Amino acid sequence: MPSEMMYAQAMATAITEEMTRDSSVIFYGQNLGMTDRDPLVRKFGKSRVRITPISETAEMGIAVGAAMNGLRPVVELWMSEFMLVAMGQLLNEAPRLRYMSGGQIKVPLVFKAGYGFAAGWAGQHSNCIYHTMMGIPGLKVALPSTPADAKGLMAASIRDDNPVMYLHHYMTMLDKGPVPDGDYVIPFGVADVKRAGSDVTLVATGWMVTKSLAAAETLAKEGISVEVIDPRTIAPLDVDTIVQSVKKTGRLVLVDQAPRHASVSAIIAGEIAEHGFHHLKAPVKMVTALDTSIPYSEPLEKYVLPSEEKIVQAVKSVLGK
Amino acid sequence: MPKNNKKALGKERLIWMYTQMLRIREFEERVKRTFVEHPGVIRGHTHLADGAEASIVGALATRDESDLAMPSYRCHGYPIVLGTSVKKMMAEIYGRKDGLCQGFGGSMHLADPAHHFPGTSGIIGQAIAHATGAALAAQVKKSGQVIYCFFGDGASKQGAFYESLNMAAVWKLPIVYILENNQYQVYTRVELEDANAAAGDPLSQKAQAFSIPGLTVDGTDPLKVYEAVGKAVKRARAGLGPSLIESKFYRFSAHGNAITVPPVPTQFPEHEAIETYGRKAEYAAARARDPILLFRKKLKSKGVLSESAAKQIEDSVRAELEQAVQFALASPFPSPEEATKYVYA
Repeated sequence: MPSEMMYAQAMATAITEEMTRDSSVIFYGQNLGMTDRDPLVRKFGKSRVRITPISETAEMGIAVGAAMNGLRPVVELWMSEFMLVAMGQLLNEAPRLRYMSGGQIKVPLVFKAGYGFAAGWAGQHSNCIYHTMMGIPGLKVALPSTPADAKGLMAASIRDDNPVMYLHHYMTMLDKGPVPDGDYVIPFGVADVKRAGSDVTLVATGWMVTKSLAAAETLAKEGISVEVIDPRTIAPLDVDTIVQSVKKTGRLVLVDQAPRHASVSAIIAGEIAEHGFHHLKAPVKMVTALDTSIPYSEPLEKYVLPSEEKIVQAVKSVLGK
Repeated sequence: MPKNNKKALGKERLIWMYTQMLRIREFEERVKRTFVEHPGVIRGHTHLADGAEASIVGALATRDESDLAMPSYRCHGYPIVLGTSVKKMMAEIYGRKDGLCQGFGGSMHLADPAHHFPGTSGIIGQAIAHATGAALAAQVKKSGQVIYCFFGDGASKQGAFYESLNMAAVWKLPIVYILENNQYQVYTRVELEDANAAAGDPLSQKAQAFSIPGLTVDGTDPLKVYEAVGKAVKRARAGLGPSLIESKFYRFSAHGNAITVPPVPTQFPEHEAIETYGRKAEYAAARARDPILLFRKKLKSKGVLSESAAKQIEDSVRAELEQAVQFALASPFPSPEEATKYVYA
């Protein structure tokens, strides 16, 4: 039976359920489990729920070592940009150690953080940096867009035997939706068709799925049928589902909150150029953030980011309208 | 070869320690000779532990069977003591299929979790955090393990060092940080890059910043290292938290083989003391205090090691490493298409 819950609550539910299921799962981060009244501390104790100093390199590096010695750490990093101060651990330690050891060790861990906070957080706290991680062999990247996906992908991330970047979108945290009760695990590398359609394929992740679905609704009123695909995980990336959709629609619009050249969209466009070119009836269109830092003031921020209107226009343009 | 099965330093144990020191030295000499005898066989960058033998063996002689050793990329010495096959180690350094990591890691990334050596990082200082995490796992699982974290003087200026020691101290993790001060950070003399060294103070002073015990020990004497590390291990195992031990010795080889671009062959240059700083006397003095020579002399004077026993150990170590080299040379290369294995578990 599904329960109606918020995205943030769905993530927390998955963490609690996985910690209950598996005593090797630990959870730590800055300003987390600060008092004995904290529900997770009460449930799992101070050994498995820990507060850390502001030390991302150690927080992430310690997760790597703890994973090498038998735990499944989930590290709360709060904002994806905080990982930038420890990029070596993220990109050059966690995903490399298994490979370099010739498969002798595994590094199961989750680096959890929010991203894309389009609410006046300005240049350093509202970015989409996931593109940087999607080309790192050994690292998996999950970008849930709905409460159900937030739960299912968190469970999958914790159970996976590899390092996983789990990035939750700050603008979807309060979204409500049905979330399956009990064991619910979404496999990596399986895209979800969020809305079926026949005229144009729209691919989006995170908050952009919400905006794409809104655009599809508007377009439906004008008789345009849009298929909305959410890859859900960008490493591994389910290219096949997108190719199959393009085969049906012949038109592709890619929506991404990241700047153009640091977007998942650019990667998908490349894959479709190689694997789906002969199905295309029109050039691929990318709706991304402008190539700027994110500005503080609201009208400036809005101007930079993709919007429902920009998506609607892009869909119409690939239809020659 | 005597087994690593007793903690009391009786005659057998002392000879075991001496033998391990010799095995490390011979291993490193055979690696170094490979650059001359078989040019091109070793690729990339290789870092040797000659000079560190007493420090490595003295530290690891204190461990319990399930304790982990987590060093940096200068990593050949530790697994030798832990019981890893030197044949497989040499084959790994030669990039062969029978290598410890099947040719995926090379000299900087040896790993042998079955022998309590889970792996290393080639990026200076980063593995200090990994070792700290392994200690967190030991604490959470109540496994009783103590983690031996080895790193160089250079690594102690990395953020990972400060962040990790702070957290290990707050959480009272079962870990011993062994700062191997071999006097040179890559090519740079330690007093040019370390505030404590520049002030003429011991590097173990850094422990004060974390309110944990810090001690500097003569790393050329395995018995002094054994004593210092042994105390720190006892403290860690009792749940009292980490310690920082500065083990001072001298690295006898250059930082690594010369960085050359193929097809220019590479081999080990002269030590930086001579090559860069023109300090021939310093280098000669350090060599005169070779930990292996000193320990042999001590064991002989104590009547622990006879001339004939010493000769026998030397011969057996030499033969063992000759076999390792021949094994590695004879081992095939991995099949190229195996390169995509092991990306994901």
